[in-house]
Amino acid sequence: MLAALLSPFILALFAPVVRRFAGPMTGWALALAPAALTLYFARFIGPVAAGETISFSTPWAPSAGIMLSFYVDGLSLLFALLISGIGTFIVLYAGAYLKGHADLGRFLMFILMFMGSMLGLVLSDNVVTLFVFWELTSITSFLLIGFNHDKPRSRRAALQALVVTGGGGLALLAGLLLMAQVGGSMELSTLLADGDILREHPWYLAMLILVLAGAFTKSAQAPFNFWLPNAMEAPTPVSAYLHSATMVKAGVYLLARMNPGLGGTEIWQTLLVLFGAVTFLIGAVLALRNTDLKLMLAQTTVASLGLLVFLIGLGHDIAIQAAMAYLVAHSLFKGALFMAAGCIDHETGTRDIAKLSGLGRAMPVTAAAAALAALSMSGLPPFFGFIAKEFAYKATLDGVWPLAITGAAILGNALLFAVAFLVGVRPFLGKPGDTPKPPHEGTPSLWLGPIVLAVIGLLAGPLNGAAETLVIAPAASAVAGAPMAVDLYLWGGFETPLFLSILTVALGAVLFWQAPALRALLARMLDALWGPDKGYDQFMDGLVALARGVTARLQTGSLRHYLLISFLVLAAALTAPMIATGAAGAQLVISPANFYVWGVALLTIIGGLAIMITQSRLIAILSMGVLGMAVAFVFLMFGAPDLAFTQLMVETLSVVILALVIARLPVYGADWRGWPRAVRDGAIGIVIGGAITMLLLSITSRPLDLTLSEYFAEKSYTEAFGRNIVNVILVDFRALDTFGEIAVVVIAGVAVLSLLAFGAGRRGETAVSGEALPRDKEKAR
Amino acid sequence: MNSLILRTATPFLVGLTVLFSIYVLLRGHNEPGGGFIGGLIGASAFATYTIAEGAEATRRALIAHPIAIAGFGLFIAGLSGVASLLFGDAFLTGQWWFPAFNPELKYLSTVVLFDIGVYLVVVGAIVSIIIGLEENR
Repeated sequence: MLAALLSPFILALFAPVVRRFAGPMTGWALALAPAALTLYFARFIGPVAAGETISFSTPWAPSAGIMLSFYVDGLSLLFALLISGIGTFIVLYAGAYLKGHADLGRFLMFILMFMGSMLGLVLSDNVVTLFVFWELTSITSFLLIGFNHDKPRSRRAALQALVVTGGGGLALLAGLLLMAQVGGSMELSTLLADGDILREHPWYLAMLILVLAGAFTKSAQAPFNFWLPNAMEAPTPVSAYLHSATMVKAGVYLLARMNPGLGGTEIWQTLLVLFGAVTFLIGAVLALRNTDLKLMLAQTTVASLGLLVFLIGLGHDIAIQAAMAYLVAHSLFKGALFMAAGCIDHETGTRDIAKLSGLGRAMPVTAAAAALAALSMSGLPPFFGFIAKEFAYKATLDGVWPLAITGAAILGNALLFAVAFLVGVRPFLGKPGDTPKPPHEGTPSLWLGPIVLAVIGLLAGPLNGAAETLVIAPAASAVAGAPMAVDLYLWGGFETPLFLSILTVALGAVLFWQAPALRALLARMLDALWGPDKGYDQFMDGLVALARGVTARLQTGSLRHYLLISFLVLAAALTAPMIATGAAGAQLVISPANFYVWGVALLTIIGGLAIMITQSRLIAILSMGVLGMAVAFVFLMFGAPDLAFTQLMVETLSVVILALVIARLPVYGADWRGWPRAVRDGAIGIVIGGAITMLLLSITSRPLDLTLSEYFAEKSYTEAFGRNIVNVILVDFRALDTFGEIAVVVIAGVAVLSLLAFGAGRRGETAVSGEALPRDKEKAR
Repeated sequence: MNSLILRTATPFLVGLTVLFSIYVLLRGHNEPGGGFIGGLIGASAFATYTIAEGAEATRRALIAHPIAIAGFGLFIAGLSGVASLLFGDAFLTGQWWFPAFNPELKYLSTVVLFDIGVYLVVVGAIVSIIIGLEENR
């Protein structure tokens, strides 16, 4: 299983190479991998339909409870099949759609990486693994939306999608960790097996809101719906794959997965139904408002995601069955419609429905695929979409607020009906329109995907028994957390859902007929409104302004200012705990001292006084050196020869380097800062000095814990064959720390060299480079 | 710097200091010393040379660019850590070789290699800073 999951990532590395050798056949060659994966997952259909679950686990960071554990049940298998199956056609389609594009190899690399991430996401059992794959889908989505990176709109859309879904991902991580904390396990299968523990915990609301934040951002629920239409800047294969069939359904997957653990409560029901229904209507209305094929489809995707969310929110058996059926139907028809829209765009040069008409004669296969998909989308019998819609009506009639929700469902479905015909049927009828390129049929790789997906959507309707036992029932059982009997049917008798369907079709037909007038009306109403897309810009602008303000305040470019801030923070950090906890427990014990201890103390005092009194920078630096030497003597006297040695060398080299730096600084004459600043700086110095003295006194007045010292003294020679404990710790026991430190030393060296080179280029402004230097020198120490 | 005494003494001082720094580096495992201290002493030797003879002379004496020496040191330190992976131990676990002619030697080890890496990093980084400052004066 691990090999199967890793295979897309490994293949992704080789995609550019395959492109070089396979040339025009790249799509066909690379499509073999997802096709093999589809077959691999298809083998699980039988066992899973029989009620089995397959799990697999390998340790990743077992000490933290993080396992690479995967879990195949009805729900994850349904998603895995959609991802790998549709992925096969997408790779094939992308090979033809971007034929001759210089970056086709990179594009397919991203697509395969996304496929691996998405498979990992739906199969993960461990919450951390789930999160990692969740974020990987966000990142690959970012890369794919921004594929045309020379266009500012693409870059904005990519960043927007990343900010929204990545932000939601962080909330999700917090929610998942809370769940793991409360439930006492990192494995979802364990957590969800006993959902009452989660539901009855006082943190339930926090968990729920955090998880919903993740799911709603990913699945573009209002008010986060704005990023999905913008993501249409991506090439069409991406829109078809990520932003309709798979990635945006990750949020729906998450909700379905969490249903046994977090679902069933009143707040869950309220939030999901409310947000889902609002999203459904907004998406459907905005779909009619647009005239761009891809944007219309994107808005209907938003609407469908809303429908799925509120069906899961309703939560009873029929609603879950409806959700699973609609999920399958939607992936099939929306994938097909997007690819067909891409064909139209590719072969005619436009996606504007006002310009497209009469394409049926020139593009018969695409027309057939689009029409079949559109009929499934509009929910007409005998397509699978009809069954899904019937069950959705049955679900709304049975759930909370039946009148309001059923009404919303009818209005939304009618709008989707109209849009389906506008997108999938209208462009192919009538007289040939005025398109930038004369329309003609695409290559087989372009129409194969749409026609196969559309035909499956048609066949699954009459053959609903197979769909039911193989796919829908296992998935619905997994969502409910208990085995569920499912009975799908095309003909349910003259019941309410059928009448509602007829009403929907009638209303939809009227909307289709009046579409241009409605669009104009909507345009006038909506364009004046403030929307979340504008809100996003305002939020980001505000964030940038805030960052700029903070940076301007802190990064003044003046070394004195930096030091002032650092020392103020240090003073606060030292004194605040002492004040908060009362006395620091300091005891001043004056032990009898030798004359040379007094000598060193005298040296220290002389060095310190000299620094304060002198007006010359050079003398100040030398006096600092004297002070440092005195400290080195202290180390030497109290049994730390290594430390003394190092201190001595560092002081020597510091004096050399500082003297060289001083030589580059502009000379201001006397180094006198004026009384107010002298008093302020002196006060800060006295506070820090006093606080450190108190700290040291209180530390020495406590008994010293010798556990570590004794451990190292004992093990140093027996285990590491060295008698110098300090050195053995540095190079053996804590060698990784040392490795990190020497890496920092090298980086600091490179940084200083670059700054010097930078300064050499701007000799006139030595003050800039001169002030930046001592700070980096400090790092080098 | 134009000081006759300094310029006369420098060759002797530098040679002895570098030698001493290597001695300190190698004795570090059992006596006070080690890669950090040795590196600082070595750097001070080249600092002296730079002050007496100029940055260009130090560059010629070192042959390689000092920052490349630092990078090489980091590479060696990393390499010494990778060696333990071959024996199935965690990254940076010390590996010793006890030669047949003197099993009591307890000296030939990846740990010493690591310390040499530290030495080179410290020498390279500090000397490149000093040379850089001296040259751009």
